[in-house]
Amino acid sequence: MATLQSKAPALFASRCLLVVAADLLLAAAAHAQTKNSCLECHSILTDNLGVTEEKFSQDIHAQKGLTCASCHGGDANNDDPEIAMGKKAGFKGKISRSQIPQLCGSCHSDPDVMRKYNPGLRTDQLSQYHTSVHGKLLAKGDGKVAVCVDCHSVHDIRTPSDPRSTVNPVNVPATCSRCHSDAERMKEYKIPTNQFAEYKKSVHHEALTVRGDLSAPTCVTCHGNHGATPPGASSVASVCSTCHVFQAQLFDSSPHKAAFASAGLPGCVTCHSNHGIQHPSDALIGTDDKAVCGQCHTEGDPGFVAANTIRDHLAQLASAIDRSDQILSQAERSGMEVSQARLDLVQARDTLTKARVTIHSANVARVQQDIQPGLASAAKNYEAGKDALRERNYRRFGLGLSLIAIGIVLTGLRMYLKQIESGQNSQAT
Amino acid sequence: MGLFRKVHDWLDERFGWNELLAPLRKKTVPVHRWSHWYFLGGITLFLFVIQVLTGILLLLYYRPGANEAFESVQHIMTQVQFGWLIRSIHSWSANLMVFTAFAHMFSVAFLKSYRKPRELTWLSGMILLFLVLGFGFSGYLLPWNTLAFFATKVGTEITGQVPFIGHPLMIFLRGGEEVTGATLTRFFGFHVAVLPGLATMLIGLHILLVQRFGISVPPKLEAEWLAKPAHLREMKFFPNFALRELMAWYVALGVLGALAAIFPWDLGVKADPFVSAPAGIKPEWYFLFMFQTLKVIPSKVFFMDGEVLGVLAFGAAGAVWLMLPFIDCGRARRWVNSLAVVALAYIIGMTIYGHFAK
Repeated sequence: MATLQSKAPALFASRCLLVVAADLLLAAAAHAQTKNSCLECHSILTDNLGVTEEKFSQDIHAQKGLTCASCHGGDANNDDPEIAMGKKAGFKGKISRSQIPQLCGSCHSDPDVMRKYNPGLRTDQLSQYHTSVHGKLLAKGDGKVAVCVDCHSVHDIRTPSDPRSTVNPVNVPATCSRCHSDAERMKEYKIPTNQFAEYKKSVHHEALTVRGDLSAPTCVTCHGNHGATPPGASSVASVCSTCHVFQAQLFDSSPHKAAFASAGLPGCVTCHSNHGIQHPSDALIGTDDKAVCGQCHTEGDPGFVAANTIRDHLAQLASAIDRSDQILSQAERSGMEVSQARLDLVQARDTLTKARVTIHSANVARVQQDIQPGLASAAKNYEAGKDALRERNYRRFGLGLSLIAIGIVLTGLRMYLKQIESGQNSQAT
Repeated sequence: MGLFRKVHDWLDERFGWNELLAPLRKKTVPVHRWSHWYFLGGITLFLFVIQVLTGILLLLYYRPGANEAFESVQHIMTQVQFGWLIRSIHSWSANLMVFTAFAHMFSVAFLKSYRKPRELTWLSGMILLFLVLGFGFSGYLLPWNTLAFFATKVGTEITGQVPFIGHPLMIFLRGGEEVTGATLTRFFGFHVAVLPGLATMLIGLHILLVQRFGISVPPKLEAEWLAKPAHLREMKFFPNFALRELMAWYVALGVLGALAAIFPWDLGVKADPFVSAPAGIKPEWYFLFMFQTLKVIPSKVFFMDGEVLGVLAFGAAGAVWLMLPFIDCGRARRWVNSLAVVALAYIIGMTIYGHFAK
């Protein structure tokens, strides 16, 4: 083992000879290999050179038949370390961080190679990486930025669909935060480090972790993965609109679009924030302390008036729905069948949801247009609830009368029976 | 009064009405501290009549079929005049009937009224109780709501555990491998045609046997009255007992009306075979003791499947109970009462456990 370690620096010198063709040949030959002599030694090493068989067997590349030699070169069939890690065997040793994207890309950017293993996998990761902030800084010689293995791990790389994978949607925020929450590391880049802490409070994080919605946005949904870059002020709305389509369309047709652009404000995040985005409530609209409209609009301007009017409309419908809901619940608790009214109330809720989307148009008339059918529906359902309670009272009144009638009959029968039995007793005596 | 007399005379002239009613006039009912248990059979009969009448009314609007059943019951509950009352009385009366039938059975067991010569009365009564449970099981599915759908699925699955005949029986009940609209139409057929026909015949036989053999007196009291005939106390069946029974029916009617008006029977949510079963699904209360037993039995007991063992054990216990009049003789007499106490305690205990278990 000592020999192996003492020769390591010499062996690492050969890493500069990265020949893509050799990699491809090795990868292709991997299937034919039945032995992996590298692991015999590396599995007992405890330092950075240690890779256990168990760990490597979890790696998707190992599962597809690739071996250590596929990336590091050398001859995994040979038991002699001198030969196995010799220059003649094309041994590359440890791959430098700056060379990692190129090495991974040697297979992952080649459709012919990837077709053999995973034809559905994209092959533009390397070219995207070159456009990313990470890739650009790496090209400038910054060795601290993220390369493939920082996100995907190394020697136990799992497919993103594997819940244990560092790039599984549930794990992506934590993976990014390993660097981006490290204040010391981010110091020289002058970027904040609270994104993960903020994200953990967000509605998106709740959807991902509590509701288990794997389609909920994580860091890479907005920033991109291999081409990760912060969306600029002009492209924020485009990022959000990939999911929030209608809101984005309405925003584009609103007076806010031009106003925000001229003020250099990023669209959606101006009101909703970015990483710590909360579930929007009606309190966001209006001009009081909790509302966001008052940040730009001042008393007396048309936007100020419009914000308050829209807020009033939403509150009016929400209150009408609550009132109907309460009376229907009361009727249900009394055992009344109000399922049709309940179904209709869903329609009223849908109109409220629609109106909450329409507010992105900042158009009072359009919001009012959405609110009206909801108010009509809520009023109808309130009446249905009142009818159900009237019917309940009618039933109870009927029951009372019936019980009185039954009581009278029972009393009559009892008296009649007494009369008969006293007659029978007197006859007997 | 004159008209009544005329009709009476007209009938008597043709059918010998007075002669037919003569046994009823002579019939007496023993009077002792347990006499009130005698009302249970009559109350069960009254509830059965209520079931038939409300069932016929429900048939005017009910439509069997996976796409229509739920909607038709919803229509009955919300649109039909007094439909809610008829359906609620039908459902409550069904549950009360199961309760009074069980209570009647245990009262007969504890008072040992099944003794010679009333063995056939017991057998016909037991079969009637099974039919009542069959009514409950088949009727429960008819509104085609989620609870009913999954309870039927679980119930028929348990039937499938019976060795040899279980699977074919399950297929027969379901009308296929799964609970579908075919099961609903089958259950409807059982509920409104097969079971009422059988039950009516058996009720006729049961009442005929009760009339033929008279009302039983508990053994100790019977011995005492034989030794000291002066201690014998009885009342005329008609009108004394009949009027009391009528009063009990009126009370039952009042209870039914109150339950229906204050707690209308819930309709639930329409069954969707493609969604997963709701958590903690349970059958109706009268099947709960069996369901809970099957739940607590380990999946394997020695070499046997736990559920199969449970089903076989219930089958054996039911057979022993059915044969009670023939077992209750000689030395076995000592433990028959203990067996009845254990059976009652077990049923009550497991029902309560099943109700609160998650």
